[in-house]
Amino acid sequence: MILAATTNEGLAQMSNTLVYSSMAVYTLAFLAHIAEWVFGSRSKVGRTAAALTEQAATPAVTVKVKQAGGGTAVLDKPKIVTRSTAGTRDVPDGPGAAGGTVKGDLYGRIAVSLTVLAFAIEAAGVIARAVSVQRAPWGNMYEFSTTFSTVAVGVYLAFLVAGKNVRWIGLPLVTTVLLDLGVATTMLYTESDQLVPALDSYWLWIHVSTAIFCGAVLYLGAVATLLYLFRDSYENKLAGGGKPGAFARSVLERLPAAATLDKFAYRVNAAIFPLWTFTIIAGAIWAGDAWGRYWGWDAKEVWSFITWVGYAAYLHARATAGWKGRKAAYIALIAFGCFLFNYYGVNIFVSSKHSYAGV
Amino acid sequence: MSKTDTTETGRTADEAAGAQLSTAPQEDTAIGGPTLGVVGWIRWFWRQLTSMRVALILLFMLSLGAVPGSLIPQTSADELKVQAFKNAHETLTPLYEKLQFFDVYSSVWFSAIYILLFVSLIGCIVPRSWQFVGQLRSRPPGAPRRLDRLPAYTTWRTEAEPEQVREAALAVLKGRRFRAHTAGNAVAAEKGYLREVGNLAFHVALIVMLVAFAWGQLFKSEGGKLIVEGDGFSNTLTQYDDFKSGSQFGVDELEPFSFTLNSFNGTYEKNGPQRGTPRTFEAAVSYSQGGADKKAVIKVNEPLKVGDSKVYLIAHGYAPVVTVKDGRGKTVFHGAVPLLPIDNNITSTGAIKVMDGYRDKNGKKEQLGFQAFFVPTFAGAGKGTMFSQFPALDFPVMALTGFHGDLRVNSGLPQNVYQLDSSKMKQFAVTGGTGKANRLLPGETMTLPDGAGSITFEKDIKEWASFQISQQPGNGLALTGAIAAIAGLTGSLFIQRRRVWVRAARGEDGVTVVEMAGLGRSESAKLPEELAELAVMLTAQAPQAPEPAEAAAEEGAEK
Ligand code: HEM
Repeated sequence: MILAATTNEGLAQMSNTLVYSSMAVYTLAFLAHIAEWVFGSRSKVGRTAAALTEQAATPAVTVKVKQAGGGTAVLDKPKIVTRSTAGTRDVPDGPGAAGGTVKGDLYGRIAVSLTVLAFAIEAAGVIARAVSVQRAPWGNMYEFSTTFSTVAVGVYLAFLVAGKNVRWIGLPLVTTVLLDLGVATTMLYTESDQLVPALDSYWLWIHVSTAIFCGAVLYLGAVATLLYLFRDSYENKLAGGGKPGAFARSVLERLPAAATLDKFAYRVNAAIFPLWTFTIIAGAIWAGDAWGRYWGWDAKEVWSFITWVGYAAYLHARATAGWKGRKAAYIALIAFGCFLFNYYGVNIFVSSKHSYAGV
Repeated sequence: MSKTDTTETGRTADEAAGAQLSTAPQEDTAIGGPTLGVVGWIRWFWRQLTSMRVALILLFMLSLGAVPGSLIPQTSADELKVQAFKNAHETLTPLYEKLQFFDVYSSVWFSAIYILLFVSLIGCIVPRSWQFVGQLRSRPPGAPRRLDRLPAYTTWRTEAEPEQVREAALAVLKGRRFRAHTAGNAVAAEKGYLREVGNLAFHVALIVMLVAFAWGQLFKSEGGKLIVEGDGFSNTLTQYDDFKSGSQFGVDELEPFSFTLNSFNGTYEKNGPQRGTPRTFEAAVSYSQGGADKKAVIKVNEPLKVGDSKVYLIAHGYAPVVTVKDGRGKTVFHGAVPLLPIDNNITSTGAIKVMDGYRDKNGKKEQLGFQAFFVPTFAGAGKGTMFSQFPALDFPVMALTGFHGDLRVNSGLPQNVYQLDSSKMKQFAVTGGTGKANRLLPGETMTLPDGAGSITFEKDIKEWASFQISQQPGNGLALTGAIAAIAGLTGSLFIQRRRVWVRAARGEDGVTVVEMAGLGRSESAKLPEELAELAVMLTAQAPQAPEPAEAAAEEGAEK
């Protein structure tokens, strides 16, 4: 990091323009997603899927085998029959927001394309900001927030590229990205500038980048968990012979099955937990260098710890009889709430050694 | 891992196969205590304490218990803030004190939670480790009766003999590093034991980290020292401004070394909206451990390491040099007076105390005191504010209010060096200035009224820096624990422990029927894929027979 470097006004200006432009494109993506949901609601396909079919979808797994020549051949045999484990309902996933309609699907694709565009613009904005100050763009809350939403969208798109069924996250994600950017540009905006000496350390790169990444991925997990809770009560109602309301029938039946959402949330949360552990440890090492103690129960440290213990409790709950399912989901949501509080609450309301981040 | 099965046989078979796929303790679902007297109760209590459910509740309580400490000021972090809080909340304070809310993290109740959690953890790890060793010694459990009920399943018919198929399956599975053996008409195999190793390692590492932390708390020492440019410090107890240590720390364990602050250099943003934000803080020091002096620069994130001690740069401020003379022109005080900053632009306040050697114009012994108010960058006369506009020394001005009388330094109470107790003093009449204090520029002298002497604000303004010198053993151990925890956790969460069974038996028509099934700890898309790969490898030696009786195979897959 070159501290003496003067901020490049032009680049900083450009960064702001890019962030505003990405907001405009995200807004278009938001509208396209809405259109996708609206057109999808008129479909009949979704309606028929509403019946809880006990008959399990038995996806066959085909195996690709590398051949000597380097090509691959698909063996259609042996056919592997998969079943869900006990306690989970064998409910097929909903048809997705588009509900199987051509028009809905078209708008869905437009929404994803627009999201890709907005992501590219926003990422360019973050990079321009970093170049303008010649340091990691994580010196204050404005910079955290813009990087945070960029990473969240990036991870979502990476899931899409990997062929995962995650388009259902699109609307909630784009909505919150708009909120996040709105708050960042109006309430948290900080002029592009150099770092205060306390933040000038290579640990900034390590600790803050992993923290932002963890937050972004945990956010996707939290969205899935929340949707799981809705979808689960919807399925419970159907299974009990009840009649869910019109909204539930229209929206919830198009979501993936509760078991699928739950599994997605678990995988995401479990995969990020070691990284979150690392983030806290890296922070402790940095604190050891900066303040002479690696752990001092500073407000920020306390809330990272609470978040960590919360997610540990969630993982335990998943392995404890009687705590799987909804109870574990509530714990996961509380844990993510702690993460959010650590970011907004502690930075803004609680005085902490970490409060020089410049709100 | 049991299924919602209706057939009793199917259930028990599945349970046997899925059992011990982890070492998680079985839940004690019995409600109410035992009727076995004291020993029975103790055993019951121990079983409860080491159950997953209680571990979960304790984890929950730990995070809940950590909350108040982040919202209420803590003695360990900031005593002054605690005092301010106590003054402001008279009704809450006694309650908070009783609940130890000002020392949450060393309170009885917080300690109780984490000690219980760690007892539970140890009580959990030990039997789990034994159980795991037992699992490693024994062989993977035999195949359940109905393989088609497992999460991943496949079947085909082959011309090969059942023994041949089993042998081939054993070879294939061992080739993929499964632990495998033949039991009856099926091959049983298991893989992914590192998951359990990782999980146990993680939980042990948590204990290591706790021990390291406790060790550090007991043996640590930590002291603060404010040093003006040009002055030095040697690491003995008497030289510290304040000093804290763990209960097991011995004073003779202080690392012998000394250092001198040669200069402090701070730079600040000159322009833009963040004008005044610090850009660099550097303390140039020379230090020695008895031998020759070595030079070093201490920065905010870069402490100086001397042996087991670390010297951290904590804060800085200005120390104007003043000279006080009595009525006869004799110098009674000359030196740099460190002042404490009260805002980000280093507006500073402090006290200048002349304790000995001063006599008034009648030759009577007296003490002098001055309240000093210093700004490194003055707004300019008539600008209405005496607060600093910028942290650097651009336009330094000091306002002084003089007193004479008794400083009360010997009153028995410890006195704050930055505050003047003027209760036994009389203020000198002020000539000019604002009427309350005299404003001086560097080099200017204020003459005290009635031939009481003078005070000069010298041109040379020094800076001071405050340092924290700490010694904390156990850091290496904590770091080792932390690394082991992450490694173990990664293994625990990313490695799948799974079982595969291959059954080969002669069907009714005399053709061999191969059945393969897989079971994992948690459902994973990888398991069916792996099973398919294994099946493909096996079909190389047990190729599919033509399908004369498709119906028979389908019957087998029906539920
Ligand atoms: C200091 C507090 C503790 C923390 C932070 C903690 C954390 C964790 C984590 C992160 C996992 C990984 C979850 C997974 O593999 O899915 C785990 C698993 C596990 N923990 Fe703990 N744990 C703690 C205390 C305990 C205690 C007291 C017990 C004993 C009752 C226990 C028993 C287990 C078991 C059996 C598993 C394995 C579950 C499985 O196989 O999925 N833990 N723990």
